[in-house]
Amino acid sequence: MQKKSHRCSRVVLAVFLLLLLLLLSVGVPNAQQEETTAVPEDTSAQAPAPPTNVKAYDTPNDNGHSITVTWTLSADDGAGRKNVVSYEVLRSASPDGEFELRGMAPAGENIFEDKGAKEKSDANYFPPHKDFYYKVRARSDGRYSESTVSAPAFAYGQWYHKGKTPVVVAVLLFSTFCLVFITVARKGKKLYIRPLAGIEAVDEAIGRATEMGKPILYILGLGSADMIATIASFIILGRVAKKTAEYQTPILIPCNDPIVMAVAQETVRAAYLEAGRPDHYKEENIFYLTSMQFAYVAGVNGIMLREKPATNFYLGKFYAESLLLAETGSLAGSIQISGTDEIAQIPFFVAATDYTLIGEELYAASAYLGREPVLLGTLKGQDWGKAAVMIALLLGALAATFHFQFFLNLFTVKL
Amino acid sequence: MSSELIGVWIGAFLTLGIFSFLYKDNPFYKFSEALFVGVSAGYWFVVTFWQYFLPKLIDNLVLAYTVLTSQGRVDYHWVYLLGGGLGVLMLLRLFPTVGWLSRWSLAFIVGTTAGLQFTRYLESNGIKQVQGTILPLIVGGSLNTTVGNIVIVVGTFCGLIYFFFSKEHKGAFGGAARVGVWFLMITFGALFGYTVMSRMSLLIGRMDYLFQIWLGLY
Repeated sequence: MQKKSHRCSRVVLAVFLLLLLLLLSVGVPNAQQEETTAVPEDTSAQAPAPPTNVKAYDTPNDNGHSITVTWTLSADDGAGRKNVVSYEVLRSASPDGEFELRGMAPAGENIFEDKGAKEKSDANYFPPHKDFYYKVRARSDGRYSESTVSAPAFAYGQWYHKGKTPVVVAVLLFSTFCLVFITVARKGKKLYIRPLAGIEAVDEAIGRATEMGKPILYILGLGSADMIATIASFIILGRVAKKTAEYQTPILIPCNDPIVMAVAQETVRAAYLEAGRPDHYKEENIFYLTSMQFAYVAGVNGIMLREKPATNFYLGKFYAESLLLAETGSLAGSIQISGTDEIAQIPFFVAATDYTLIGEELYAASAYLGREPVLLGTLKGQDWGKAAVMIALLLGALAATFHFQFFLNLFTVKL
Repeated sequence: MSSELIGVWIGAFLTLGIFSFLYKDNPFYKFSEALFVGVSAGYWFVVTFWQYFLPKLIDNLVLAYTVLTSQGRVDYHWVYLLGGGLGVLMLLRLFPTVGWLSRWSLAFIVGTTAGLQFTRYLESNGIKQVQGTILPLIVGGSLNTTVGNIVIVVGTFCGLIYFFFSKEHKGAFGGAARVGVWFLMITFGALFGYTVMSRMSLLIGRMDYLFQIWLGLY
């Protein structure tokens, strides 16, 4: 009997709960509906509250063609049926004049940079040192309200970008290190530099070409003359060309860029002159192939197979062509020395060439080959620069761990 | 036969010509190579003329002249004359007696860009990297982030030690440099695999051209 009554009470409880759930599920929308219908119809037609406290000021750390506008968000931003969708920023040359739309900011944002072109011929030219007045319009669905007009502001350029102070400090620090060690090296102090296999192989590679009576192929990469890797390669080319001039070994330099070709010609000419053999310089050996990447590869590969150079140098900026060149050189039986600062290509050079200069080793190579005080001093200065970076890194990691924000701000570069 | 079809056949012929290099150097490859190099060099000349020479130099000088004549004032576009002048000096290389004047242009290009790149590189490859590597070594509640941050900081630190050229890699210093090399090699290995996969997509594109567009096999 007791069991039966228990079962009955459970069934009643379950039915009660079910009914409650049903009531709730039907009741909630009803309640919402009631709430909706309770609101007067004309409320939706009301505009949102206007933004207030509109301020305009010259954008700091720029070239003087921009004004930054800030405001306090509309009271209807973020909630309610008059919810703000966006803010429109308007500008005029006089407070009573006609205002033109300069741009928009999404809801929740209270800053806008009114930026224009610096060229007078541009339709969007932003004149510096001219007063402008701003107002901000809060827009909801089809309705808007405007702020009062801001005080005048004018744009002007700054000579010094305060956000880039860390760069200035780094330049000064790095330059000081280099200058100090160049002076030390010039005074005759011997500066130690550790051996690099790729550099030590240069002489051996040139000697091999001389013995075999075959040319040397020097590839400057696909970079333009303004790239650091290409500039480093020019300096190494000067050293290599001087040696080829002394050994009277021909050097072939197919180029991808006309300017690079011209610089390479001048570099090799100067090297032959320095070696006392200007008569052996052949300008036609430094030639332009094409600027198109894979057409250039096709041309260089053809040269490798037909001229059979004893040594191939790949030093500079390389992209997808690195493995194609290095593989063909390997097939042609050449000894190969490569070097690039293009991280994605280093693995291919490591896999397919005999010696590889990794990243900064390429920049250091010229100092190794020349052993001149200026270059050795710079190398030592660079090492000190790296030591400074390592100290900053460790201190920074500790500061980040213990939340010393002040220290972290020292490294923040603002664009 | 439509011109499009002729283009497809020429494309397929030249693709196979370049691929024939995999066997050995042959006349078929030599022809394709010479055509590829020649056409691309000509194409780049046209691109340079229309995208650089005309809009960057001629248009700006015309604009400068227009401003001068219509408004009677000197416009900053005249600065492009300097670039044009340096370009003319480069062309003097064609005349051996005055060819040495082109060195002024070369000196300008290499010197100014090296100076400009110095600060740019220091910012992007130096300070920004340091900024990105300054990470908390302990992140409460996230073991993964903690381990990841420690790996980044230690890897960068040891990698920098490897690139020390003026100190012998011996003892603890040498040990740290070896750890740096390991980090570099693991990175290169990962990059190798990643890049090979992207090259495969290039090959697939060519195969697709041959089998689908040319032969219409699928």
